[in-house]
Amino acid sequence: MIAFLIKRLFHALLVMFVISIIAFAIQDNLGDPIQQMVGQSVPESEREILREQLGLNDPFLVQYLRFAGNALQLDFGYSYIFNQPTTEVILRHLPATLELVFATTLLIVLLSVPIGVYSAIRPRAWLSRFFMGVSIIGISIPVFLTAIMLIQLFAIGVSWSPFPAATGWGAWLNDLVSTEGGMPAYGRGNPVPVLGTWATNFASLEGLTYLVLPAISLASIMLPLFIRLIRAEMLEVLQSEYVKFARAKGISLRRIYFVHALKNTMLPVITMGGVQIGTLVAYTILTETVFQWPGMGLMFLNAIQRSDVPLIITYLMIVGLIFVITNTLVDLIYGLVNPTVKLTGKPA
Amino acid sequence: MTLKKTLLASVIGAAMTTAVLPSMASAETTLRMAYDADPVSLDIHEQLSGGILQLSHMTFDPLVRWTSDLEFEPRLATAWEQVDDTTMRMTLREGVEFHSGNAFTAEDVVWTVERLKRSPDFKAIFEPIESVTAVDETTVEFKTADPYPLLLNLATYIFPLDSEFYSGTAEDGDPKDEIVKNGNSFASANLSGTGPFTVVEHQKGTRMEFDRFEGYWDEESPGNVDRIVLTPISENATRVAALLSGDVDFIAPVPPNDLDRVREDEDVQLVTMSGTRIIFFHMNQERVEAFQDPRVRQAFAYAVNQEGIADRLMKGFATPAAQFSPEGYAGHVDSLEPRYDLEKAQQLMAEAGYEDGFEISMMAPNNRYVNDAKIAQAVAAMLARINVTVDLKTLPKAQYWGEYDDRAADMMLIGWHADTEDSANFHEYLTACPDADTGAGQYNAGNYCNPALDKLVAEANLEVDLEKRAEMLQQVEQTLYDEAAVVPLHWQDLAWASASNVNIEPILNVMNFPYLGDLVIEEE
Repeated sequence: MIAFLIKRLFHALLVMFVISIIAFAIQDNLGDPIQQMVGQSVPESEREILREQLGLNDPFLVQYLRFAGNALQLDFGYSYIFNQPTTEVILRHLPATLELVFATTLLIVLLSVPIGVYSAIRPRAWLSRFFMGVSIIGISIPVFLTAIMLIQLFAIGVSWSPFPAATGWGAWLNDLVSTEGGMPAYGRGNPVPVLGTWATNFASLEGLTYLVLPAISLASIMLPLFIRLIRAEMLEVLQSEYVKFARAKGISLRRIYFVHALKNTMLPVITMGGVQIGTLVAYTILTETVFQWPGMGLMFLNAIQRSDVPLIITYLMIVGLIFVITNTLVDLIYGLVNPTVKLTGKPA
Repeated sequence: MTLKKTLLASVIGAAMTTAVLPSMASAETTLRMAYDADPVSLDIHEQLSGGILQLSHMTFDPLVRWTSDLEFEPRLATAWEQVDDTTMRMTLREGVEFHSGNAFTAEDVVWTVERLKRSPDFKAIFEPIESVTAVDETTVEFKTADPYPLLLNLATYIFPLDSEFYSGTAEDGDPKDEIVKNGNSFASANLSGTGPFTVVEHQKGTRMEFDRFEGYWDEESPGNVDRIVLTPISENATRVAALLSGDVDFIAPVPPNDLDRVREDEDVQLVTMSGTRIIFFHMNQERVEAFQDPRVRQAFAYAVNQEGIADRLMKGFATPAAQFSPEGYAGHVDSLEPRYDLEKAQQLMAEAGYEDGFEISMMAPNNRYVNDAKIAQAVAAMLARINVTVDLKTLPKAQYWGEYDDRAADMMLIGWHADTEDSANFHEYLTACPDADTGAGQYNAGNYCNPALDKLVAEANLEVDLEKRAEMLQQVEQTLYDEAAVVPLHWQDLAWASASNVNIEPILNVMNFPYLGDLVIEEE
């Protein structure tokens, strides 16, 4: 176990090292940070002074070694746009993103398991077909569009009257297709401070309303994927010998479905889920931009637009770290669910 | 049991009272607004940019400011007189107080101008001012090396800082008045001005809060906003949605694609204005020999349909242009109209010996100006009709400016707003003979050079008779038009929108500095 964790720690360092090299190598293509710092009419001579001050004129290797030397002492440089150490900036934005990802994960877990299992047990029921149909739509609409549509429907509201409003049934149908709006369209509102830079949206009902639309739009990509995955796995498991045997033995269907079959269904789902949580962090860039959610994704996009190279590099390294950590956790959980798997790869 | 219930009830009661209290206290008027970005710093000398100037007008006051019809309005300076050709004396307002409680005096003005002359961004435009002296508590004297007609224009950039507040050393041992572009400085996080609002909180990139300054000098201002919450929303669609859903009361800018949607909504109002930022193409004479022939440049100018672009592509959100100076500027020539005429263009190309056309490269940013990439595509298509094949490349702004500095394409798109609100500025940066030492023609990516014009502008900058000066600048515009130095396209319009009870129209202007101190929110 300890050997496994040490190995993973080594992985994490390797990943961060490789990312930093790649990020450093492409920094010239990220634009000129000086351009973003000064006004349009500032003469070239002033820009040159600034460039020299920031050490941007040094050769690649010198710049990288300086960065790496500082990074070993956990100093990742100063963000150009925030004028603060990049790690501080990221730590401040991290809680918002983690809360959004957590809310989304919760949504996915709570919905995908029952729906997936149901549509595997009753593959021909109209409700199952309906879920499958909707999930195809969910996968094929880009997050960006889903988010804009959600804002239009539930934040601004749509009043639509295709039916005669004068008649009672017409007005009722009109009400049915129109939406009120009123959900917050952007930001986090006033999250309740918990600890340090962490302020939470989970502490109040008002805070939760801010989470609803972003979480739904972020979930819109992953949820269908998981429903389909669980359904497919479950269908396969239900065909297996041991389920048939259990049935023949006369074990109650409920026990077969929810104890024996579900456990085995979840194995590949957990592996998949771990990887996808990392991907979810990546998708937050889009969702956070649309909803102006003040998390790392929004911060990263800002950093790219304004060529904030130190912040970009630190962000990439930290996201790499998050990937390694989630994968490690997945492997640990996998070991718990399926004890026949040995983490360190020694024969059982 | 009963005891428990009563306890519970009183706890709930207490919780409800505390919940109600804040809303009772908010009889104050709050403006919730969303811009596309928040100011990069609280130090208003750190960067010369629209965002910083908007902040300056909220938290500071200039000596004089522009009215909506481009006249000067006294603010911290109440009167000014030209003592001689190179000296101007300004009388300052009495009884003005800074946010810190310090009194505003002539010394603060002197201190501020000296700091401006140290700022990398501002020092160039403050170069003409040789010295500032405090004659007495309420009088300052500006001296320039040569006669300088634009001193009042410069005075709109002088927002006096609280010299006492910004003097001394900060906790980290650095002087409080240092100007730091990258890193922390006292001034980038602390602010004391004379303006209508004080900064309460600044979470960069997320939220900024202002309170009305109790001791604000301008008691005649109709403004009734007690509190401002500024949220940067960079995503256009979200900014509009926030207004339409009632989450914010005031947004800027309004993206052109959403103009109709905003205009049609009954609960919000839209204000648009013809702006002062000129969008145009440079034709590089150094890279393309053909561009050295004025007939070819004219042909290009005749081939581009400015009105078509403004109407169809910009959906009316632009004013077609044939010169740099917008209306109201000294150099503006009324008679210069867009000259779209395809036949004339083809004829000129034939005369110059290029009837079969040639091939050029073109570059444009794709996220800097409204519809910039589409404009470039449209122009490329128009040039195809005079047999010019265009190889177009569009880039994000972060990458574009590097290419621009390298003059990496034969035609390059740029938008320009004169920091001095004056016509001479266009020529100095955009069409003057490039000279790396003096910085002249820093953005002249066409390498157009006409020494006679440089001389004329230099003379105009010494001419204190404003009428004579205007004539000279108009002559410059006329010559640039005749020689087709560049291909002007349009002045990009400005648009703001607000809830219908927020009366934004009187406080807006073409410089895009909303005077929020004077904003009136009517009760609903």
